[in-house]
Amino acid sequence: MNQANIAMGAHPTGHSTALSEGSPFSIPTKKLVMWLFIISDAMTFAACLVAYGFLRNATPNWPRPFEFSPTVINAMVMTFVLITSSLTMLFAVRAAKLGDKSSAFKWILITAAGGLLFAILHIREWLGMIGEGATLFHNPWGTAIFGASFYSITGLHLLHVTGGVIALIAVGLRYKGGRYNADDVEILGLYWHFVDVVWMFVVPFVYLLNVAPTH
Amino acid sequence: MNPTENQGSITRDIIVYVVILIIAGLQFVIAYQHIDGEQMFARMFLLALLEAGLAVMFFMHLWSESRRLLMFVAVFMLFVLATMNYLWPDSFRILVGAPFSSYH
Repeated sequence: MNQANIAMGAHPTGHSTALSEGSPFSIPTKKLVMWLFIISDAMTFAACLVAYGFLRNATPNWPRPFEFSPTVINAMVMTFVLITSSLTMLFAVRAAKLGDKSSAFKWILITAAGGLLFAILHIREWLGMIGEGATLFHNPWGTAIFGASFYSITGLHLLHVTGGVIALIAVGLRYKGGRYNADDVEILGLYWHFVDVVWMFVVPFVYLLNVAPTH
Repeated sequence: MNPTENQGSITRDIIVYVVILIIAGLQFVIAYQHIDGEQMFARMFLLALLEAGLAVMFFMHLWSESRRLLMFVAVFMLFVLATMNYLWPDSFRILVGAPFSSYH
């Protein structure tokens, strides 16, 4: 190993000096990548919600069509299901860290079932709204932008939930089979909690601010 | 992780879960209060921030991670979220009928 190579960053033993550096923020690289993805995805949702808020604020005939039954009740149930699935994901991560594979897999499947139930409730709600005449480009209550913004924001979130359910099943099976370890379960847990955090903003802004006025 | 520490963590997680559910419930109560739109939005937004903060700190364990990671996540996100909101005055301009707005 000559002096020129060492000056370029090569270690005298032949390894690059980059490999001897500690992991940034003292976490595994794949966990940092998940955090970076979460930050970028949070920006995406924030941009969608800010754009929605801008349109809502600037539109005089913005409708407020959501009745207590069934829409608000449905939103309550969906919120409860998703927050509870975050708790079951915590149980899964804890079991994985303790090395209890069967318990961790069981809690992962329960979390996936919660996500699936959320998706079914959501699609059922969409079908109900479409049945009332509210589509992407038309609705019987007010400005056409209402439908476009509602379906795009909730649809983007539903897409994340669906992807999360698929990931839960895939990672759960691979963890049980020994291909993935507890760190991988924890990293997937970060994604699932993020999906829950986004819903915490979607519910008040998209649903609750559009509740039908009571007299 | 010893069993006592494990049980304590489970208790903390359940407490945080219940608190998040209560905050979510409060949002539904606020939705039916007879207050103006700005107040309703402000209250909902603050509760959502509280919920999200609890979930990020305790469910995503950001509180128990390195402080540098916490600062990295918080500073970048808050900065970008704050700058996204610079265009709010423009929505009021469109609403009240400034020149070239589409509704007036």
